[in-house]
Amino acid sequence: MSSENGNKTICWVPIIRDGVIAAWPICLGYFAIGLAFGVIAQKAGLTPLEIGFMSLMVFAGSAQFIGVSMLSAGAGFIPIVVTTFMVNLRHVLMSSSLSLYLRRINSGWLTLFAYGVTDESFAMNLTRFRDTTWDWRRALVLNHTANIAWIASTVAGGFGGQFIPAGAFGIDYALIAMFLALIVFQLRGMLYIVIGIVAGSVAVIVSLVIPGNAYIIIASVIAATVGVAFKKAGYFRTRREESP
Amino acid sequence: MSTKYLLIVCGMGLVTYVPRWFPLIFLSRRHLPRWLVEWLDFIPVAILSALVVPCLITDGQPRHLDLLRPELYVAIPTFLFGLKTKSLAGTVVVGMALFWLAGMVF
Repeated sequence: MSSENGNKTICWVPIIRDGVIAAWPICLGYFAIGLAFGVIAQKAGLTPLEIGFMSLMVFAGSAQFIGVSMLSAGAGFIPIVVTTFMVNLRHVLMSSSLSLYLRRINSGWLTLFAYGVTDESFAMNLTRFRDTTWDWRRALVLNHTANIAWIASTVAGGFGGQFIPAGAFGIDYALIAMFLALIVFQLRGMLYIVIGIVAGSVAVIVSLVIPGNAYIIIASVIAATVGVAFKKAGYFRTRREESP
Repeated sequence: MSTKYLLIVCGMGLVTYVPRWFPLIFLSRRHLPRWLVEWLDFIPVAILSALVVPCLITDGQPRHLDLLRPELYVAIPTFLFGLKTKSLAGTVVVGMALFWLAGMVF
């Protein structure tokens, strides 16, 4: 049951502070999307309580939008659950990648951590794990801060988010801008740039051909595999080997 | 809250949670071969690019190519700003400000 800290007591105050501060771009983005979701869900006939319950149980933006539209179209249990599974299957890749940084942590904490793995928390935590000041506890706080922001903003939207002007302050762009910045942090050499270009191109092509969001998994798997092949063949030396 | 809604949401929660949970539990205790560690190390840049690029240049349902979206021409200066400053906060603020401006101008 021991973590890397053994029996040492842990001061959670700086950990919580760091995690919450790091979560702000995610919270901003979730606020915009969460309000929009709440408004749509309320129009589809859900109460704020039902909206909050879904955000708590599912905690996945696009799957919730799709779930609500299927519910209001009268779809049943199996189609909604199967669709949700397909839409959220991409988290397998994210959790697998995160597992590189979450070694020797007891399964109770991992179980709590897994709940908060989203596109956004994954991207932010993974970038920060390369930083020596970041650890799994801060990452856990970040996950759950984002979760609280999501639940609160979806419920707020359900109570009357239509009174807030859409698109104010460019808030709809917060997550795209965050992803762009996090891509910059990932570009640690020519090989990473090539992988990004391959992933982006394949994603666009697949998204035009196959409906849904399968393009995310397909493009990521192809691009990472191309990356391993290039590395094996000795193309595009990464900068990482040179840096300390 | 009806029982049907309760069941559907619990089902959605379960099928969302398991793919998040299983790899963490399964992989974090195993010694991974080097190629897999490399592959997983390439996943972040691949996923981020696969998430963002279609948002910038495709639109609609079904999706079609659209190179005239404000999302795209705001992304270019935002990305360059990120490259230049390596600042997450700055990039988010610049991106939002430019997108807001773009919404007022166009």
